[in-house]
Amino acid sequence: MNDSDGALSNLQKVLKAGHFAVTTELGPPKNADAEAVRHKARLLRGCADAVNITDNQTAIVRMSSIAAGVLAWQEGLEPVIQMTCRDRNRLAMQSDLLGAYALGMRNILCLSGDHQTFGNHPQAKNVHDMDSLQLVQMVVGLRDHNRFQCGEEIKGQSPRFFVGAAENPFGDPFDWRPYRLAKKAKAGADFIQTQLVFNVPRFRQFMTKVVELGVHRQLRILAGVGPLKSPAAARYMRDQVPGMDVPDAIVERMEAAGQGIADKKARAAAYKEEGIRICVETIAQMREIEGVAGIHLMAIEWEEAVSVITERAGLLPRPTFETPAVVSESA
Amino acid sequence: MIVAEQKALDEIRQLVGDAKQVLVVGCGTCVTVCFAGGAKEAGVLGSLLRMAAQMDGQPAAVTEVTVQRQCEWEYLDAIRGPVEKADVVLSIGCGIGVQALAERYPDAVVVPGLNTKFMGMPAEHGEWVERCAACGNCLLGLTGGICPIARCSKQLLNGPCGGSSQGKCEVGCGDSAPDCAWQLIYQKLAAQDRLHLIMEITPAKDWRSSRDGGPRKVVRADLKLPQPDIKE
Amino acid sequence: MLADEMKTEGPAPDDINIVAFCCHYCAYAAADMAGSLRFQYPDSVKVVKLPCTGKLDLQLILDAFEKGADGVMVAGCMEGDCHYQQGNLNAKRRVVHGQTLLASIGLEPERVRMFNMSSAMGNRWAEAVREMDATVRKLGPSPLRRPKANEGTP
Ligand code: SF4
Ligand code: SF4
Repeated sequence: MNDSDGALSNLQKVLKAGHFAVTTELGPPKNADAEAVRHKARLLRGCADAVNITDNQTAIVRMSSIAAGVLAWQEGLEPVIQMTCRDRNRLAMQSDLLGAYALGMRNILCLSGDHQTFGNHPQAKNVHDMDSLQLVQMVVGLRDHNRFQCGEEIKGQSPRFFVGAAENPFGDPFDWRPYRLAKKAKAGADFIQTQLVFNVPRFRQFMTKVVELGVHRQLRILAGVGPLKSPAAARYMRDQVPGMDVPDAIVERMEAAGQGIADKKARAAAYKEEGIRICVETIAQMREIEGVAGIHLMAIEWEEAVSVITERAGLLPRPTFETPAVVSESA
Repeated sequence: MIVAEQKALDEIRQLVGDAKQVLVVGCGTCVTVCFAGGAKEAGVLGSLLRMAAQMDGQPAAVTEVTVQRQCEWEYLDAIRGPVEKADVVLSIGCGIGVQALAERYPDAVVVPGLNTKFMGMPAEHGEWVERCAACGNCLLGLTGGICPIARCSKQLLNGPCGGSSQGKCEVGCGDSAPDCAWQLIYQKLAAQDRLHLIMEITPAKDWRSSRDGGPRKVVRADLKLPQPDIKE
Repeated sequence: MLADEMKTEGPAPDDINIVAFCCHYCAYAAADMAGSLRFQYPDSVKVVKLPCTGKLDLQLILDAFEKGADGVMVAGCMEGDCHYQQGNLNAKRRVVHGQTLLASIGLEPERVRMFNMSSAMGNRWAEAVREMDATVRKLGPSPLRRPKANEGTP
């Protein structure tokens, strides 16, 4: 991306300046309440360089990521608009990209999307006109070639997004993942956010290969981290979430944290504390791994934890830049 | 082959309604080999319909006939007599057979006895799996002979997604989960040392060749019969 | 055609009619033995010999009911002892499927049942017939045999 700095997104500036970046996540509500978004946004303000706004996450209908992104932006956050290939074809995606840019959004994250059978409308027809790699290509094409996906030229302002994608280092086939990441770099992705890392040695193995392929120089990699709330949550992720790798040692550590505490509330607090501690330790380990340019902190429905974790991990305050990140707030 | 499954008897009976003369039409091709609509199934369904009607005290005459292929006019012409006598023609061919019957016999009331499921093959005795979605522009040369459109739950052309785990697709759970098509593609190409095929990005597909371009048609000029010269 | 062997001569409504599909290698011989040893068993049963219960077709079961049977027994070799390896196991699955089909038209699934015995088990044959006879008697004659009910059959 070859913009003058004035048009850069905040996240892009942070990465460009070589800071260890922090992104986090905000899940829009399952209703039309703007205040719900604003409230969460206020909890996250100042803790991260940009905040992902999820797109019907786990295939459950929620407020549109673009609409919620604008609300979050009005609260002083810089949104990363997530966009899945599940619900829209290339027409709808491009029109949303034009709209999102017009509304001030500057970062986009391209995803395949969880299958709709996981969500609250398993009866739905899915789209998958394109996959996430092709979506990256399309967003990059809108920006760098001023062309729609069909090849037609965009007359006037083209959407100029900082383009992200996701990768799951723990998905199978394990050996293929670094190459798939390389494909995303080739498609033109600027940054990557990974699936939650609990198995650090395995992640290191993945990164070694990524560095060997030189992919970390083509795009910036933010390692996914997140606090576990309880041993039950850890077990659930280990056993039930496809493509998640939570080692037994982590589950046991969570279990041990509550041992001997009779009071239910105190035990829950101890679990949470341990979850945060593991997360802070993981962040420290991530900073040591070559090729990791930052973290993506996922604490869905536990936004309060974000400031605690970033604080304890020594990631605050976040860098600021003289020129306002995005066009200043209109409200 | 086309794989189909019989509808529940209740639904079939509803479709047949209170017809007095019912003709069950089986098909001797795909649905015979997937045990959904061949001569045997026609016989069993005929018996069930007769007995069910009798139990209700409203006996119906149900007869069965099975043609070699329900999707070709020539075979359908052979059953003109019984079709014209029937109040309802219950086709247990695939959706194509049902439509062919309905088209050949415009006056007949034709109803489907099967749910047509997919194009596939028997994986083992009593189990059929989907293999092709007729996208109209076959990619199998790129993917080691494993179709990502019919066999990946998200039709990814640059898979696998992050949910691929231990060979299984994120959709479904346990042993019943389908295999991850992209795991299979990777394994196959890795074993053949042809991974370069998927190192390149497969661009967004032109779906016009698929159903998205509207109903499709194949025309072969070389096979067309010459139009007879029309004199006068 | 086997269906003709099953034809029954207008049974009185209270007469129970059971068709037994018997494997040539076991149950058929067992029934023979039961006869020669004079084991007592109800005369409601009509035996149809099959080369193996693996020959059993759903259509046979349904034909029996359509033609007026009140119950159907399928009697094959002991599991593991099929002369054709697993014909009796195939029959077992078909009987189970037949039960669902009967249920789908409102007939009691208990009207069809699978039995296993060896050719030396004359006693077991007699016992099996008694069991089946009792079951069917309890259920009563097949509703398909009710007066007027046969009109629709071609
Ligand atoms: S690529 Fe298209 S034509 Fe080829 S097997 Fe798959 S769906 Fe069928
Ligand atoms: S797990 Fe594999 S088959 Fe399933 S959607 Fe993902 S890539 Fe496709």
